[in-house]
Amino acid sequence: MTDAAITVEGLRKRYGDVQAVDGVSLTVERGEFYGILGPNGAGKTTTLEMTEGLRKPDEGTVRLLGESPFPRNPALLRRMGVQLQASAFFEKLTAREQIRTFASLYGVPAERADAMLETVGLTEKAGTRENRLSGGQAQRLSIACALVHDPELVFLDEPTTGLDPQARRNLWDLLRAINGEGRTVVLTTHYMDEAETLCDRVAVMDHGRVLRVGAPAELVAELGVDSLEDVFLQLTGREYRQ
Amino acid sequence: MNPKTFASLSRAMALGLLRDRTAAFFMLVFPLMFLVLFGALFKNDSTARAEIVQVGRVEIFDSLPREEREGLEEVLEIRRSDDREKALEEVRAGDVDAVVWQEGDEVRLRYSAADQVRAGNARALVGSVVQQANIAATGQPPAYALTARQVEDESLKAIQFLTPGLLGWAVAMGAVFGSAFTLVNWRKKRILRRLWLAPVSAGTVIAARVGVSVALALVQTAVFLGVASIPYYGLELSGHWWLAVPLVVCGTLAFMSIGLVVGAWAKTEEAANGVAQVVILPMAFLSGAFFPLDMAPAWIRTVSGLFPLTYLNEAMQDVLSRGQSWGAVLPVMGGLLLFAAALTAVAARLFRWDDA
Repeated sequence: MTDAAITVEGLRKRYGDVQAVDGVSLTVERGEFYGILGPNGAGKTTTLEMTEGLRKPDEGTVRLLGESPFPRNPALLRRMGVQLQASAFFEKLTAREQIRTFASLYGVPAERADAMLETVGLTEKAGTRENRLSGGQAQRLSIACALVHDPELVFLDEPTTGLDPQARRNLWDLLRAINGEGRTVVLTTHYMDEAETLCDRVAVMDHGRVLRVGAPAELVAELGVDSLEDVFLQLTGREYRQ
Repeated sequence: MNPKTFASLSRAMALGLLRDRTAAFFMLVFPLMFLVLFGALFKNDSTARAEIVQVGRVEIFDSLPREEREGLEEVLEIRRSDDREKALEEVRAGDVDAVVWQEGDEVRLRYSAADQVRAGNARALVGSVVQQANIAATGQPPAYALTARQVEDESLKAIQFLTPGLLGWAVAMGAVFGSAFTLVNWRKKRILRRLWLAPVSAGTVIAARVGVSVALALVQTAVFLGVASIPYYGLELSGHWWLAVPLVVCGTLAFMSIGLVVGAWAKTEEAANGVAQVVILPMAFLSGAFFPLDMAPAWIRTVSGLFPLTYLNEAMQDVLSRGQSWGAVLPVMGGLLLFAAALTAVAARLFRWDDA
């Protein structure tokens, strides 16, 4: 039994002709801020979803906090918080109603839900319906919904995609704070500056494989380039993706 | 099942449904509008009292004993006038059904063929009065007597038929659209996935969704029966009317299962809407929800026999208007539940967590 928060070994997943994930192994330590980087279609989201237990891998094993997410493991689900790529909200509900509904799924009282809304700075928008929130507000709400039950392990799928610089910087502060409280955070992103400032370690993926794992600064030094972005381009090439 | 989780999920679903103005209108208000309109339109349908104008003296009417005359007036309204031309004009205009006057021993009746049923009615009634008078004139007792009576409660007015039918249709619409939209929308917005990742059992989620639909259907039932019972419409409920409650519950389950199949198959709300309409419209028309099918061709009645709504409507009429009891309801409830189980199994086969 390993003490790591996440251990993933030899994950493979095939969709029809496409080998979306082709033998991914990762280890995330407890309390670590871990980034999965890669161009569109690299297999980041599929890897993340298999790790969360949303999809069953064709091959390979996943251990989260020492337990297997398969079959569906409610005790483990209580200890992890997941933000899906699309903001998964109940239709026509206000921000407060959303987070209170999610809170009730975990048996968390409404006061705690309201406090979480405050933490992400959405108290003023509590009465606003999900479809009238701005992109940044919706992202913050979905992160708040993922954190409402105080999980040890947090998965975030492209949390800052489509946000303006202000909203991104705000979210970064929020994410750093989450990690600072001792939670293990795994996020996917294709913003290198984001990975560079936030992540303790990153895994660069392409074509369903992990190309390189390491702390951003180490990777930069190792490849003798100026930034993580250069690392990324050197590893994944410059052709257009999707 | 955690009751708090159940309550909060039910609340989220109900709010989502009721705040969608278009959906709420079509599921809740639209069918009620039909009841209000059709109820008013067909209000006097069942009386069908023929109205004739009598010009001058007509022996056979004038010499009728009072008791018989009152009996006749239940089905025939006789108005007196002195102006035959004006009365004929009224017949042509369709304001009255016929004009009657006497010339010597001849009773003359003039009617318009525009409304054949009412004209025939007036003719038959006046004819029978003439026959009776003839028999009476012979001084012999009549050889045969006919006593005829309607099998239903004599109050079987149009509203007695319309209320169960339109209510069945309303319940069907609400349940089919409700469950189809929820399934498509939750898959599209990844709420299904999100719920999978929360420590909540599938049973709780399904129970909440079914609970919301059943509650809405029962509210509809209460509103329909309430509106139809106001004196203007005059619905009279027969003894076991409360059996409509378990019937509505079973009907809701059956129609939700149709919605589940539609929702499991359809990728978008638009597609789900189209397919649900294609299922519901013919079912509503051919189930006897809007008009009785007794006169319909045999093949239509065969098709009609395939729809759960047909049986629901029949059973609802039985308990709401025809004074029937458990005997009429239990087989239908069983059938609806079987139908629900079968289609839910189909939906489970078609079910997808997401569109990918």
